[in-house]
Amino acid sequence: MKSEKNRALRWAYGVTIAVMAFTGFGQMPIFKRYGISAIPGMAWSADFYVTLFIHYLGAVLLSGLLAYAIADHALMRRKFARITAAGYVRAAILACIVGTGIFRVLKNLPDVDFSPAFTKFVDISHLGFMMAYGAAALLFWRLRARWITERVTARN
Amino acid sequence: MSQNLSRRSFLKGTLAAAGILGASAIPAQARSGQIKEMATLIDIQKCIGCEACVEACREANQSKFPRPKKPFPKMIPTSKVKVSDWSGKKDVTNRLTPYNWVFIQEAKVEVNGKQQTFTFPRRCMHCQNPPCANLCPWGAAGKGENGITLINPELCLGGSKCQAVCPWAIPQRQTGVGPYLDLMPSFAGNGVMYKCDRCFNRIKEGKVPACVEACPENVQKIGPREEVVKEAHAIASKIGGYIYGEKENGGTNTIYVSPVPFDLLEKSMKTGPGRPHLKAVANSMGQAENMGKAMLVAPLAGIAAAVGKFYGFTKKLHQSQEDNR
Repeated sequence: MKSEKNRALRWAYGVTIAVMAFTGFGQMPIFKRYGISAIPGMAWSADFYVTLFIHYLGAVLLSGLLAYAIADHALMRRKFARITAAGYVRAAILACIVGTGIFRVLKNLPDVDFSPAFTKFVDISHLGFMMAYGAAALLFWRLRARWITERVTARN
Repeated sequence: MSQNLSRRSFLKGTLAAAGILGASAIPAQARSGQIKEMATLIDIQKCIGCEACVEACREANQSKFPRPKKPFPKMIPTSKVKVSDWSGKKDVTNRLTPYNWVFIQEAKVEVNGKQQTFTFPRRCMHCQNPPCANLCPWGAAGKGENGITLINPELCLGGSKCQAVCPWAIPQRQTGVGPYLDLMPSFAGNGVMYKCDRCFNRIKEGKVPACVEACPENVQKIGPREEVVKEAHAIASKIGGYIYGEKENGGTNTIYVSPVPFDLLEKSMKTGPGRPHLKAVANSMGQAENMGKAMLVAPLAGIAAAVGKFYGFTKKLHQSQEDNR
């Protein structure tokens, strides 16, 4: 039952990240140019307001899931599991994605204007961190390196 | 000039931007309490359609107009990516183009059984929360503290997203110019987007925009938004008129006052590419603004779920310990 719940959470995280990556790339005007939106059922992907809405929805879900995972680890899981080096690398990149994403959300609010230099940095680095995360996820999947590992000493 | 921008300087600029991150990560309004959001007032009943504003704009902004390199790079896929070339049609003044940032729109309407022609300048509305600037994926567009929405030609790749998200489809593209030529010209980008920058350089020098200054009928005025809105309402109540731009798209910095309803003008004028409409416009960024707030609640829900799980677990543990005693 417990592992099923964890599996559901892992799936929820994976699907959220995949949808956010797709809708995030959709913020660039490439889906129409490269025919993605011409695929039957994919016309919505060329509507920037639709992809933005889905990206925001994903961000709401992701922030809830990450807060749950961090709090759960701090309260319970750290007693019998520790974060691996691969986990720390992914967590650090994820923190950068979330951080720059927060600034993107702030920028979209009325009365919040950042300098052109900072705006450029946030926009490009958000995409750069996502690409770095994709590369890291692929590498660690290939190496079968997990986020966490069981603490041997915790077993008595 | 944008034509000379190399891949190296583009990347260097991005890294430099990262360096000055600290100082600039402060909301503009917090950075300077002195600069006020400025708006323009356009009193339609005064306009005689002489195009003095159009001429003045072209003259003042001549140096900012595109100088495309030809032949244009081959676009991939050719069937989907269209060349936007206005370099041979620089004299077009009856619509917005990369070489014409303001034009005179005309509407023939019947008022009290009498045919009347209204003319009025049209250009970028300079929204208070501009979707073009918010949603540009490269940070090439931005809104200044003084209410000006600006596209940086040295960063813009000409993807035309700003035009797609603008409720009035204002920005206009010129192919063969800008940084995309030095990146992957065949695969990404297609030029630079151009639109009214409300003469930001003249404003910096303490002058007013060229179109405002050149008008012989004083159709346009520029001032702090609050005052402009107040004046627009005063004129509207005096003439029994109507206001456009105050609330459209969540509020803009271009306020029109008309003696006839705007939907009447809208029905009787030519609209289409480069010729914006005068329809009511809901706040394009409204959904993002509301969902931004939901993002504050979501982590709290996540933490509450984890705390609930922890509480349930410890309760169960205590119970089993008590049962064991």
